[in-house]
Amino acid sequence: MESRAPEHRSVTAGRRAQPAPIRLAHWITIPLLVIMAGSGLQIFAAYPALGPRGEQYGWYPFQNVVPPSWMRFGGWLAGARHWHFAIAWFLILNGVFYLIYLSASGEWRRRVFLPARDTSNALAMFAYYVRIRKTPPPEDFYNGLQRLAYTSAIIFGIVVVLSGLAIYKPVQLHLLTALFGGYDSARVVHLGCLVLLFLFAVNHIVLVVLHPRTIITMVTGGRRE
Amino acid sequence: MERWNERVERFVFSTSRLAPEPPAADITPDAAFPSYFISDMMPFAPADWALKVGGLVARPGALSLDALKKMPRTDMRVRHHCVEGWSAVAAWHGVRLSDLAKFVGASSDARYVEFRSFDSGYYSSWDIESATHPQTILAYGMNGRMLYPDHGAPLRLYSAVKLGYKQVKYLTEVNFLPNRTGGYWENQGYEWYGGV
Repeated sequence: MESRAPEHRSVTAGRRAQPAPIRLAHWITIPLLVIMAGSGLQIFAAYPALGPRGEQYGWYPFQNVVPPSWMRFGGWLAGARHWHFAIAWFLILNGVFYLIYLSASGEWRRRVFLPARDTSNALAMFAYYVRIRKTPPPEDFYNGLQRLAYTSAIIFGIVVVLSGLAIYKPVQLHLLTALFGGYDSARVVHLGCLVLLFLFAVNHIVLVVLHPRTIITMVTGGRRE
Repeated sequence: MERWNERVERFVFSTSRLAPEPPAADITPDAAFPSYFISDMMPFAPADWALKVGGLVARPGALSLDALKKMPRTDMRVRHHCVEGWSAVAAWHGVRLSDLAKFVGASSDARYVEFRSFDSGYYSSWDIESATHPQTILAYGMNGRMLYPDHGAPLRLYSAVKLGYKQVKYLTEVNFLPNRTGGYWENQGYEWYGGV
């Protein structure tokens, strides 16, 4: 057992487990992301295939499968585009606010996955979840697997914005589009990020339901350290 | 919000930034390049077809296809971006709209250009900056041959910097105007600017 207090304590001492800016950004994200996903799938429904015309990608198993109507939002293509390109700004603003707070406050120290610090803990936690290990590894604030999950969600968020810009402006931002391998592969990345964010959300909700106290903390902020 | 987005789109638009040319191998097979019209039947041009050019211009008039073909020719191979999300590649041959604007003496008060067609009144209007971009042309040819009726023969607007629905086919009129005049899809709720 480690007796020394984790290094991040000195930064976050006296602070609630979930400071107000983090709670705010967290709860704002949810409705915005739901609207973005729904309107995005409504846009996708106009051409639910991947790959350029005449060369649709062979590896994609759902070519020309329209997403079910309950997943879609915005009514029709033009309406969904208006929603998508309006809400996007607020989601980006919220994300930038969150990232600035995370770095300026030092909160990143106890939240962001740092490979040297967190890898072995994440592996041990994974072993515990799949019943290879009987006891969970020690955790300080978050365990390694939590940090990995939350950090990857941030990365998915950044990539979904960049790939979105790449398909929104494939000519004016053609260098960005080229970075994703061109328009049609940027579209794949954009949709892929949605799938990854969805998988994250499912995991997140399951674990939160298993640990309901974390919901209260995300509302009240929790105790001061 | 659309107005804010248009401001952003105009801000990121550059008159000198060119769309990259995909390699010739990326050209979409003819049968796979979608085409559509709003009329019940494919529109065919009348025998006496000519392009009317008007609005704020010093020399309004009508240009025959031969007259257009005598003007400087521009060839470009670019990716097409449809509002639906698909892309396709073709080479296009025609006259730059900026060359036409000079030819007819378009006024600097003309901040918009309206394009009208004989396809049941399909039309669109553009900002002058996009209309006079070097990759915006009045195309009479596609993929090394003349333009076929399914892609808007005898003359269509083609551009690398706008979504497909802005690129009016079956052209009859080009008007240089002080105001925007909407468009077929734009009037139904699609974004007016539609830049890519």
